[in-house]
Parts: sequence; structure tokens; C-alpha cells
Amino acid sequence: MHDMSTEAVHHHAPPTGFIRKYIFSTDHKVIGKQYYGLGLVAVFTGMVLSWLMRLHLGWTSLAIPGLHFLSSTGAPGNVMTPEYYLQLMTMHATIMVFFVLTVAPFAAFGNFFLPIQVGAEDMPFPHINMMSFWVTFVAFLVLISSFFLGDGPALSGWTGYAPLSAVGGVAGPGQGLGQVLWAASLAIFCVGQLLGSLNFIPTTLDMRAKGMTLSRMPLNVWGWFITSCMALTAFAVLMPACILLILDHVAGTSFFVPSNLVINDQLQPHAGGSTLLWQHLFWFFGHPEVYIAIVPAMGIVSHVLIANIRRPLLSYKVIIACMFSIAFLSYMVYGHHMFVSGMNPFSSLVFSFPTLIITIPATLIVLIWIGSLYGSRLRINSASLFALGFISMFVAGGVSGFFLAQPSIDIMLHATYFVVGHFHLVMAVAAIFGIFTGTYFWFPKMFGRMMNETLGKIHFWLTFVGAYCIFMPFHYLGLAGNVRRYQAFVGYMEPLIPIHKFITVAALITGAAQFIFLYNLIHSRFWGKIAPENPWECTSLEWTVPSPPPYDNFGGRHPVVYHDPYQYGVESENGADYIMQDSTETPKEA
Amino acid sequence: MAKIFAVTLILIAIGSAIPIIWHIWEPPADISTHGALIDEQMSETMAEAGLSFLAAQFVLAIFVWIFSNRPKGAKIGHFPGGATAMVLAGFLLVGTEVIALGIFGSRAWASVYFQPPAADAMPIQVQAGQFAFYFRYPGPDGKFGPMHPNLINEANLNFFGLDYNESATKDDIVTAEMAIPVNREVHLLMHSKDLGHSFYVPELRIQQDFVPGLDLSVHFTATKIGKYEIVCTQLCGLGHYNMRAYLYVYSQQDFDDWLKKEAALQ
Amino acid sequence: MKRDYRRTPVLLLAGLAIICFGALLMSQKVSAAAEGKITGTVKLEGAAPHMRGIDMSKDPYCVKQHENSPAHLENVVVGSGGGLENVVLYLSQGLPPAAANEVASGEPVFDQKGCMYTPHVLAMDINQKYKVITSDQTTHNIHPLPNPLTGNIPWNESQPPGAPPLIKSWKAEEVAIPVKCNIHPWMHGYFVVVKGPYGTTDTNGSYTISGVPPGSYTVTAWQEEYPAQTQKVTVTAGAPATADFTFKAK
Repeated sequence: MHDMSTEAVHHHAPPTGFIRKYIFSTDHKVIGKQYYGLGLVAVFTGMVLSWLMRLHLGWTSLAIPGLHFLSSTGAPGNVMTPEYYLQLMTMHATIMVFFVLTVAPFAAFGNFFLPIQVGAEDMPFPHINMMSFWVTFVAFLVLISSFFLGDGPALSGWTGYAPLSAVGGVAGPGQGLGQVLWAASLAIFCVGQLLGSLNFIPTTLDMRAKGMTLSRMPLNVWGWFITSCMALTAFAVLMPACILLILDHVAGTSFFVPSNLVINDQLQPHAGGSTLLWQHLFWFFGHPEVYIAIVPAMGIVSHVLIANIRRPLLSYKVIIACMFSIAFLSYMVYGHHMFVSGMNPFSSLVFSFPTLIITIPATLIVLIWIGSLYGSRLRINSASLFALGFISMFVAGGVSGFFLAQPSIDIMLHATYFVVGHFHLVMAVAAIFGIFTGTYFWFPKMFGRMMNETLGKIHFWLTFVGAYCIFMPFHYLGLAGNVRRYQAFVGYMEPLIPIHKFITVAALITGAAQFIFLYNLIHSRFWGKIAPENPWECTSLEWTVPSPPPYDNFGGRHPVVYHDPYQYGVESENGADYIMQDSTETPKEA
Repeated sequence: MAKIFAVTLILIAIGSAIPIIWHIWEPPADISTHGALIDEQMSETMAEAGLSFLAAQFVLAIFVWIFSNRPKGAKIGHFPGGATAMVLAGFLLVGTEVIALGIFGSRAWASVYFQPPAADAMPIQVQAGQFAFYFRYPGPDGKFGPMHPNLINEANLNFFGLDYNESATKDDIVTAEMAIPVNREVHLLMHSKDLGHSFYVPELRIQQDFVPGLDLSVHFTATKIGKYEIVCTQLCGLGHYNMRAYLYVYSQQDFDDWLKKEAALQ
Repeated sequence: MKRDYRRTPVLLLAGLAIICFGALLMSQKVSAAAEGKITGTVKLEGAAPHMRGIDMSKDPYCVKQHENSPAHLENVVVGSGGGLENVVLYLSQGLPPAAANEVASGEPVFDQKGCMYTPHVLAMDINQKYKVITSDQTTHNIHPLPNPLTGNIPWNESQPPGAPPLIKSWKAEEVAIPVKCNIHPWMHGYFVVVKGPYGTTDTNGSYTISGVPPGSYTVTAWQEEYPAQTQKVTVTAGAPATADFTFKAK
């Protein structure tokens, strides 16, 4: 057991000056808020992009007012061209996966709460931590710049398959400079997240307060810890892949481009590369990445759920074991994105088994959550509603995985809207619900004020029902053979357009509801009711410090931990049904 | 509010299941000899996934209904069997379910990929290139003439880069539509001119990517005469959405007539 | 006697007016009557090569447009009288710099009709604005592929049905820039960017190059399949020069 908090982080005076306090801050809490802000800007950007996409899909010749200001070549007369649709789609996905789903549940909340929850004053390398945010921010700027430079952003999707992504501008608009900026942005992003993981891991292993054994850490801390281990290995593969891609563009190499390709009747000057190599490298990163997106949310939902059912989960250890198994298995399943890619069909079978097996830990976590509801004292508030919503969404998205895990069924469903429905429900919506859960739960601690509960509930209902209205129909479209990444539907897909129109309307309404959340965030930040230290009667260490916490978290004291974080449903001396982790009381079963 | 959540969830679950149960949107009818195993797999999986989905959403809803707004001081209950029951259920139920799906699914997969094409399967070459499919039939000599990438000239309709002076090439027939005789095995040789594309015909239960640099193939037999669409399912650029060709399954006689007609147009 | 101070400004103004008018006169084009023309006919000798039919079946809209008039390649289009269409004639030598740098008036139009380019070959002057429009109800992308060494920059933009015209121009001479549609791979045409006046043959193989200042020139006839041919002509004011060409079928 370590007690390095006194040695590792030397006590420092509080920062002074606006720049040191709010801009280039080494305080993990400020960094966490900066990440949250970045995630907020990114998610609204990504959402607007999805509106543009959905409008075009429902009404292909629609003139969207103002669109030609964003791109005069991409939207002449305000009507989106096919290439611009693909460019917006690529940016939507890239922004959402990286700058929302990796940033918010992991970097934002993790940075803010991980040190406090383990009883530390800060992370061990605060300057590296500060760099991790600013490097990530630069990555975002580089990506966004592709909207305004050259002939627009890349159009090859967030997966950027070669050779389309490697041969350059001859393959289409955006495939020159736009693709290079995309790859550069991702490579820079990887650096940022690697720097972040370099802090998360030692904080968890070495900076815990006295008495905070590994088995007394809140479940969301385990979530962040496991995620940072995945991030270290996964991003370490994406970064060189992106660099090789950039080299194919600027240095005349042919890592991903074989010989004898003819584009526009011109023989391309490449030889010796492998198309499938990109897919292997990308998905080796890509599959752990989707778990990097969801595991923190699983941790957050576990923690918030427990606080709102007023009893521990059926098993703390099983949840952790499941999160570890999911992380471990995630490296063995990546080939399920490549079942019909042309790799050896035997490999497809080999990849399908771990993919099917990973269902087991995922199901176990859900069973434990639902089983823990039994006999509980469930409290309903915005945070717990979103936590329950997460469980529902994760199940809904997870079951479609049964289909996609099997190569024979994948023959029918690969590259259809079924896949798009699957990953939006199980990853995008579920993780966003995790972000909302964390926000409603932790906002009081972060900003010292309560969010408006009524607005929170309205936000929940519109989002919950809306998200189902948007993404459930994607599965039916996929079953009917609706191919993905199409900007318009002709031929046998034309009769499906009315469904797309329904989805678009649902998406616009659900999107509009997010402005209720934004309003709630901003209004509560300045004019919300002042928050007490522990409004949710939660046991973990962040609720033992003021709201918001002082710059050194514990005000100079060294917390000592006596209990696990889930002493709920117990009879406490003062009549409460919970005991704080740092309380010296002995728990009595209620 | 908890009760509203429970009711909403149940309505959503039932609403989601209705299109499936009523078969409103489904894959089109199978016209292949290997598709039955895939369809069976699909039905099995739908039943299992559907039941898991409904069960989980219903139980979640019911528990939220029952265990919210409990009177103050209500006793905390424990799910019978606790975590042990869950772990056992997880491994036994889910584990056997997925392993079974995996094993039976392997048979379906093997029937597509692990059988070599029949010796007398009809070879047809398909080339995918931004943004169209072109097909080549070997002609009476049964041989495909060599492709020369430097001779590709779409402006002159030389999509495959053929040199018609070469003997094997002289009788090759290049077409923009694919026609095959019904009940005859076809060996489709897949070549990409430029980037990644994919060949998908839902009715045929076939989907396979083209990989530049790799010459892949699939084989299948169509069992129903008709006109079907071949669509590209791998993002290949701005024209991806309109990259398609038509597949005609003809009677042997109609196919022979069609091939003669195409040969005359070369 | 007092000097009449009103005289000086009037004289100055008059002088200015004379100078301006003179400059205007000198910089003006030679009046139409004084400008020359080159006319002629381009014929194909020998049997016209067979232009293969185009199978447009990937796009049913294109097929429908050709229900009654099947589409053929247009590499060599010969009219009933043996006239060769789509030949571009331009002045490859002899143009005075002033005339060479002048940009022709008018905006040539390149249309996409029935999934074919109309005209198949579009000639234009350097820096002359040309217009690309679509008359089709299916989306096309227009993708000119200039030679990078000329300094002309390739572009690739789509035009969905009903999209506004694309107004473009080329900054360097290039004979000729292939144009293609990637969505409909059989579609191809040419932009022929030349210096100075030009003409294109019609269905009879006849052409007229107008606005040619009097002088001696080399006229080049460019056709996409056959090697270019040249002829020397002399243009005088009021008398059109003639230059006929004959290409030999291969």
C-alpha cells in the first residue's frame, strides 16, 4: 500500500493570475473542466453536422439556407453535393468518436475526479497533464481547419480506409490536404491521450490515500484506470498508422497502396503497399477505442446507480473482473470489422469467437446492475434517470451485436444501416447518457451549484424517447439492405426514404432538446441553487470536500479511508443510511 | 416518474419488436443455394437477441416500477442467488447461446467460403472502379486475356486495359450488366481497378470486398430468374451511392441469347 | 490687354480630349469590317471508324434518355458529307501579343445532357470564363484533368440536378484537357484552351475563326484521335482566308 501523496506531489502555493488559474493550469480540476468544455463544443459541432446529414438524407435536393457559406463548392446554391455529404459525415464521426466520446467520460470527468476519489492532491505529473489537454485542443483545431482549407475535409469516413485515403486528391475532393489534416489531427490526438494516460495510471496505482486499497476504489476509478491502460496501447498503434498514411501522401511512400492502380485513366505512382494493412492497424486501435468510449461510462453509471439505489451492487469484484475481461478481449476481436474484407475467411471465424465471448462479461455487468435494483430503494432524479437510460440503451445496442459477431450474418448486414444503428445505440447514445449521468451527478461538486432538476428531467425524456426513435429504425433499414455512407437512396433503397424522413424529424427534435441541457448548464453555473457538500448523500471522497473543491482538493489534510465506497443501506450513527469512506464509524447492517 | 419510465420503456421495447415480429422490413427472399443456412442463422439470432432484448427491458422496467418510491425504512432485498446466480446465468445461458451461435454460424460461413467452386462453374470477372462495375466473360476459349493497367482508357470504353491483339483476349466479352444462367454455379473473379469497393447482392446472400492488389473470388448459384441490383458497399468516393450494376438471372436460353448480343457489340 | 485666362483651360481640355480619343482609337479592336476571318472545312478521308455504342445501364435515368437514340462514343464524329465535327482550329503562330492576350468575349457553355457532354469538345481562350451546366436529372461530377506542368489546376465538383452553373476559367494554354465524369465512367470530353481566337467544326465540318487581325498565321487543327495538322494562311481586311483540312482515317 502506498502513501505517496505527501512525497510525490510537493505542496505548492495556489496559482495566481488569470492565465495560470484558468488557461495554462496544472490543476487537474481545471484541466478536467477544459476537457469538458472541449467535449461540449465538439458535441454540438458534431450534432449540427448530423442534422445537415439527416436533412440531406431525407430530402436530397433540399437547399439548406446558409450552407454555401460553409462551402461554396460543397453546396452550390445551398444544395449539398455528394462529396460534401461524405465530408460532413467524416467530420461528424471523427469529431464525435475522438473529441466527445473519448474526451468527456474519460478525460473530462477522469481528470476532475480521479485524484479526489483516491484521496490525492493532484496527479503526479501536472505539467504533462496540462500538455495533454492543450495537445488535444490543437488536434481539434487541426481537424476543424480542414473545413476551411484546400477542397474541404476528407471524405473517407472516420475509418479512412486505404487506398482511398492514401492516394491523394485524385480520388476525390478532400482526399489531398483534407486527408492529411485528418491524419495529423488524429496523430496529435493520440499524443494528447497518451500524455493523459501517463497521469491516470500512476495516480491510481501510487497516489491513493492511506487506507484506500485497490478494492476500496470507486467503480468509476476502476473504469478510468482500465480505460487508460487500453488508451496507452491502442493510441500507440493509431499514431504510427496515421504517420504512415501521411507519408504516403507527402513522401511518396506506398505503405497502403499496391501497384497497378488506375484512377482517372492514370496509372498511380505507387507499388508494394498493402490495402489490408491499414485496416488491421486501424481496427487493432479501433476496437479497443470503442471500449475506451464505453468503459468510463460503465464506471460512472455504476457509481451513480449505487448512490441512487442506496445499496451496493450484487458484486463489486465481478464488475471489475468484467471490465478487465472486456478490455482484454477487445484486442482479440478487431477482425470482426473485417469479416468480408478479403482477409482469410478462416481468420474471420477465429475473430468471431472472442467477439461472441465478449458478450458474457458485458451481459454480466448488465445482469448485476438490474439484479441490484431488486430490493433497492431507487431514487429518481436526472442523474439516476440517465443511468437507467444507459442500461436500456446499452442492452438495446448490445443485442444487435449478436448478429454482427457472426461472419455468416455479417454477409447480410455489413456496411448497412444495421451496423450504424448498433454502434450508435451501444456506443454513442449509451456513452452520451453516461456523460449526462456524470454531469447531473457531479455538476454540484464541480461548480458549487445545483442543476435545475425539472429541466434535467425534460431533457431526459426528450433524449431517451428521441434516441430510440432515431436509432431503432436504423436496424430495420439495415435488415432491408439499406447500405450505409450513401448520400442518397436510389434503386431498391428508394422505398425506404420515408423512414429516413421520420428519423430526420426525430433527430432534429432530439437535437433541439440538447439546448435545454446547454441552457441548464450555463444558467445553473451562474444562477443555480448553491450546492451543499454532499447533495446526493454519496460515500466517496469527492463528497467530503467543499463544492467546488479548493485547489489542493483536501485543503492540506490527508484523508484516511476506512471503508469501501459502497456502504449504503446501513444504519449510521446520525440516522443516515450510508457511511462515508473516511468515516471512522463501524457499519451496522440496516 | 419511475412508473412513467417503466411504462415508457415497455412501450419502447414492444414498439421496437413490432416491425420484427410483423416482418415489416426484412431481407429480400433468398435466391441462392447457400442462403438457407444464413437465413436460419439469422432467425435463430433474431429469436435469441429479441428475447434477450425484451426480457432485459421488461425486467428493468418492472424493477424500476416496484423498487422506486419505497416507504422510508423499507428493507433492502437481495436478488435470489445474488451475484453467484448472475455469474452462473451469464456463463451458462449466454455462454452456451453464443457458443452455439458460433458453431452453427461456422457451418453457414463454411458453406460460402470453405468449399471450392465446382470444376464446371462459369467464370465471370467483375472489375470495380470509381464508380461502376464492369464484367468480362471469357468467350468460347474459356480464357481471360491479360489485363494491362497502362492500357485502361475509359474514354474508349477499354475498362479492363485489354489488348485485343492478344489471342486470349480476342473473344472476351465486356459488359456493363451481369447476366447469369439460373441454377448454374458462377465463379466470380473480383478485381479492383483503383480502390476498395464491395460487391453486395442481398438476394444472393453474397457480400465481398474488392481489395486492390488481391484477386479474390466468390462462387454462388442463383435459383430464381429475375433482375437484381449489385451495389457497392465500401465507401469509394463521391459516387459511391450510385455505384451499381444490374444482375440478370436468365434461363439458359435467354442467357445464351444475351451473351451473343453482347458479343456482337464488342 | 488682359490675357484671356479661359483659353488655357479650354486648350488643355481639348488637347486632353484629343489625346484620350487617340489612345482610345489606337487601343480599340480593329473595326469589324477591317478584321479578318478564317473559314474552312475539315473532312475525314476514308471510312469513318466505328464508334462503339455505350452501355449506360448502371444509371437507368441515362438509359431512358437514349431509349430512342442510342449513345455512341464521340471520338470521331463524321457528318453525312464527310465533315469532321469537334475539330478545334486555332492560331498557333503569328498572333500579335495584343490579340493573343485579349480574352474572347462570350461564355462557352458545357452541358451534361443524356449523360453525355454537349459539346463533346469545348474550345476557349486562356482566362475566358466558361460555364458548366447540367440538364440531367442524375448527379454528375465534372473532373477536368489538366497536365500539372501547365500550371492549370485540376478540380472535381459535382452537380446534382438543378444545381447552379459552375463558372470556371483556365489560366494556361493547354491542348487539350480531358474532362471526365467519375460517376458515369463513359462520359468524357475535352476543354481546349488556346491563345487568341478559335473555331470549332460543326456537323458539316465547317468552322469560322472570327476576329483575326490581318496578318500571316499558322492555323492548327486539333482532333482528339488524329495527329494535329497545320496550315499557313494570310488574312487581309475584308477578305476571309480559307484553310481546309483533311484527316486520314486510320
